[in-house]
Formats: sequence, C-alpha cells, structure tokens
Amino acid sequence: MGGFDFNVIERSIGYLFREGMTFTLTLTGLAALGGIIFGTLLAMMRLSSHKWLSLPATGYVNLMRSIPLIGSPTPIQVGAVASSVITFTLFEAAYYSEIMRAGIQSIPRGQVWAGYALGLDYWQTMAKVVLPQAFRNMIPILLTQTIILFQDTSLVYVLSITDFLGAASKIAQRDGRLVEMYLFAALVYFLMSFTLSYIVKILQQKIAIIR
Amino acid sequence: MNYNWNWKIFFETSADGRHTWLTTLFIGLGWTLTTALCAGIIAFLLGSALGVMRTTPHKWAVKLGNAYVEFFRNIPLLVQLFLWYFVLPELLPNAIGGWIKSMTPPWASFVPAVIGLGLFTAARVSEQVRAGIQALSRGQGQAGTALGLTLSQRYRFVLLPMAYRIILPPLTSETMNLIKNTSVALTIGLFELTAAARSMQEFTFQVFEAFTAATVIYILVNLITVNLMRWIERSVAVPGFIGPPDVGGGGH
Repeated sequence: MGGFDFNVIERSIGYLFREGMTFTLTLTGLAALGGIIFGTLLAMMRLSSHKWLSLPATGYVNLMRSIPLIGSPTPIQVGAVASSVITFTLFEAAYYSEIMRAGIQSIPRGQVWAGYALGLDYWQTMAKVVLPQAFRNMIPILLTQTIILFQDTSLVYVLSITDFLGAASKIAQRDGRLVEMYLFAALVYFLMSFTLSYIVKILQQKIAIIR
Repeated sequence: MNYNWNWKIFFETSADGRHTWLTTLFIGLGWTLTTALCAGIIAFLLGSALGVMRTTPHKWAVKLGNAYVEFFRNIPLLVQLFLWYFVLPELLPNAIGGWIKSMTPPWASFVPAVIGLGLFTAARVSEQVRAGIQALSRGQGQAGTALGLTLSQRYRFVLLPMAYRIILPPLTSETMNLIKNTSVALTIGLFELTAAARSMQEFTFQVFEAFTAATVIYILVNLITVNLMRWIERSVAVPGFIGPPDVGGGGH
C-alpha cells in the first residue's frame, strides 16, 4: 500500500466541495424541482379521460424511461450546464410522474366527487384536495427518487462539467492520484446517500404512524 | 436552425474505414447486449444468494447481506465503475494489477464493466428476491419444516420456486435498467450502443440521425425484453395461483 498520498484530498477539499458539490447539489435541486412539477402535470395528463392528453403523456413517459440518460442529446445548443439541467429535468419528470400517478391514484375517488359536489372545478379539486394528500403519501418515494437523482448527476462527467465527481476526476488526473480521489469520491457519495436514505426511512415510519 | 438532415449517412463508411455507420451501431448493440447478459448472470446468481441470505434465520447472514446492499446502492454506478477500472488494479499486488492493466482494449473495459454492473445490479436483485420470499405466507416455510425439509431444501423446493414467479415483473424492469445502465460503461471506454452513437455524432455531426437510430434500437430491445419476460411469466405460471390474469390466475 506504499506510494499513496492521501494529503491530496486535504489539499483539494475546498475545491471539491465549493465547486463540485455545490454544482451537484444545485443540479439535483433544480432537476428535482422541475421534474416534480413537470412530472405532476404529466401524471395528471396520463390520468385524464381525454385521449389526446393521456396518450402523448404515456408516450413521453415510456420513451424517456426506455432510453439511457447518458446518451441523450439536448435538441438545442445551450452549453453544457444548461443542457444538463434540461436533460435531467426532462428525464426525471418521467420517473416522478409515475410516482405522482401512483400518489393520485391512492386517493379514493369519492374525494374527487366530494370536491365536485362542493362546487370546486377540476383545478381546485386537484390543488386543494387531491394533490396535497398525494404529495404527502408519496414523500418517502419522491425523496428516494431524489437520492437516485443525486447519484445519477455524476453522469454529467461525460459533459466535462465540474460536478463533485468531475472535480475529483480533474484533481485525480492533474496530480496522478486516481486511487485516492476516486476512493474519496465513493466515500462521500456513500455517506451522503446513506444518511439521506436513513432519514427517509425514519420519515416513512413517522408518516406510517400518523395514518 | 440550419441543420442538414442526411439519413443516407447510415450507409456511408464509418470512422474505422471498414463498416458502415449502421453496422457500427449494431456492433455497439452487440457489446451492449453481451455486457448486459454477462452482468445479468452475475447479478441473478449473486442477487439470489444475497436475497436468500437476508431472509434466513442467521443474524450474521442477514447483516452481511444488508451491508452489501447498502454499500452497492449508495455509491453512484459511474463511481463504482471507476473503482473497478482505475482503482482496483492499483490496490492488487503488482503482478495481478499489471496483468489487468495489460489486457487488450475491448476486454480491458469489458471485464470491469461486467463486474461493476453485475455487482451493482446484484444488490437490486437481492432486494427483489428478499421481497419475493417475504411476500409468501409464513405457512409455506413452516409447512416445509413440518415435512422434515432442511433449511436449504425449504428454499430449494418450497420458497424460491414461488418467490421467483412473484418477482418476474420487477425483474423485467431490472433487466431493462441493466440494459440501459450498460451505457454508463462508455466512460471507461466500452464501445457499446451509446458510445457508437456518440462517435457517429462526433465524426459526422449528424446528431439527430445518430441518436434517433440509437433510441429506436433501445426501444426495440426493450420491447423484445418485455415480451420475452411476459412469455416466460406465462409459461412458468402456476395455474390458479399466481401469474398474469390471462392464464386463469383468478381468485385474487
């Protein structure tokens, strides 16, 4: 095990987190937010009784879920960073929409009818009755998907963006310290994902007790 | 946007000077499928073993299985592939590490890709196998014990045959995920379908043609996988018990 220099981590830790992790978390946040909003709309479209709404949404979700994230080019040239945000949002929307569809379907039909009986229109019923409960029921799964998204953002490596892995890889190649840097990157990803999943598990139990 | 559509590009000679671009894409598909198949075998065998371990009455086996799953699920696949490709040869004794590093091009990235994808997917398969076994009623295992079966016989003859049938649908999605995930191996130099499409884009600038073709191929592969798995599901279904509704799996 001679010849390893773990000081390289200490020397570059500021750069790794200030540049790299900041981008990773920003991308995760933006893509999760955009994905959940767009995904909820897609889920509502899929559940619509109008064929012209549900068919395109179903097609979109199935298409996005059948191609790998890494190989998808953005249709417009906007630079690597914007392109990564757009791609991740469009992709994650398909996955979030499946979660939200399950969430909406978990609300008994009677509640929608009750909403209509009270004189609410479709949007009011959705916004005030169905979606708040659907979100609440699905929070653990939405968060789990967001942890997967957090891990998947490492794929922006192929766009040469300085996310956390990109930053680690740049230092690794500059200093010839591949072993140290990649082991450290793995450790950081592991600790963050593990902690988050643990929190989600506790949250899940709490929600389960209330219901 | 001024984009020159050129669908004839598929029949022009590709960067290697021997094949057409269409053939190049299919060579990529070949690597995608080979990698997925080899990794799938590892994932299925190891995942089943881990899934079984996590349902046994042995505490240490459960802990070991859980630790494996936590480890492989909480590190991004890309980082895992880097660990197998860049880090492992350095940590092994010089003789073995040197031998790994001196492997010829396709194998140098193929072997780490298969190991990495296999072990990563095994963690997910083991979750499903465990869920499948736990979905069976307690009575089944107990009936096995009452019949005088040993622990391994109970799994072999009672629990696993039913558990595998239950988890066929999620295993289908996992197979599709595995096929998609092979594209991550392009980062360690595996020339699979996405890498082929990317090289076509870089050499010809026909980005839309290249990725439309790749997308269509991925969708076709998906459709074939789904139908193959459905066929397996139908042919192994136990009549009147579990299985797709069209085989008379009524009562539920």
